[in-house]
Amino acid sequence: MEYIKVFVTGGMICLIGQLLLDLTKLTAPRILVIFVVSGAVLQILGLYEPLVEFGKSGATVPLPGFGYALAKGAMEAVTEKGIMGALTGGLSSAAAGITAAIGFGYVVALLFSPKSIR
Amino acid sequence: MKNNKTKKQEAKQYEAYVKEFTPKPKVLVNGVKAFITGGLICAAAYAVQTWLIRTMNLGEDAAKTWVTVLLICTAQLLTGLGWFDTLAKFCGAGCIVPITGFANSMVSPAIEYKAEGPVLGVGAKLFSVAGPVLVCGITASVVAGLIQWCMR
Repeated sequence: MEYIKVFVTGGMICLIGQLLLDLTKLTAPRILVIFVVSGAVLQILGLYEPLVEFGKSGATVPLPGFGYALAKGAMEAVTEKGIMGALTGGLSSAAAGITAAIGFGYVVALLFSPKSIR
Repeated sequence: MKNNKTKKQEAKQYEAYVKEFTPKPKVLVNGVKAFITGGLICAAAYAVQTWLIRTMNLGEDAAKTWVTVLLICTAQLLTGLGWFDTLAKFCGAGCIVPITGFANSMVSPAIEYKAEGPVLGVGAKLFSVAGPVLVCGITASVVAGLIQWCMR
């Protein structure tokens, strides 16, 4: 049952992305930005937390989940440490993912050479 | 004046003529593909997460972080091998919208501009798509923090 919830939530978010790709003139990078920001905005409005409780990984793995993690980190840090938390909270909550993406990505990009699409 | 008008009409006719031949995106098929593949990636992430919690005795937050890191590294490795593009051709948004797409968007331009050197080629292009995403995401998080501070 849990897996169905995860599957449907994740699938719906990706479906929205595909519809944006096909029906509007938005390019992929713009859609990535829109998704991350909308995740953060929904978290500010308190609307993303219920979705995460319902869909678990289905809501955190897609990009709105990244925006949600950033916004949630900042909001929690503010309640704990005051105004400085607004500057430190966001990045520290997503630090592992961002650092892994930069470090591992750099190594991969150095090791492999360009290939054509097969 | 008359000449101008006919030219415009001709242009319109040509536009319609071209439209007949441009392939229409198969909205329904693409949507179903994106739904299924995106859902599968999320379900797989959830399966790995529950497995980590059960066998490695990790807390939920630690397991979530591990899953995110694993997804990013897998996507980047697949990009390096040139397999991600093949996958993305089939999945569409199904593998672009999950965090895998973010990881791919870093490595793929970096490899493309490898010839420009390890600093200004790979180092800079790593952020040509991820940069805007991080800028907007981090700015939004600061705004979220400030709103939280005003509300308490």
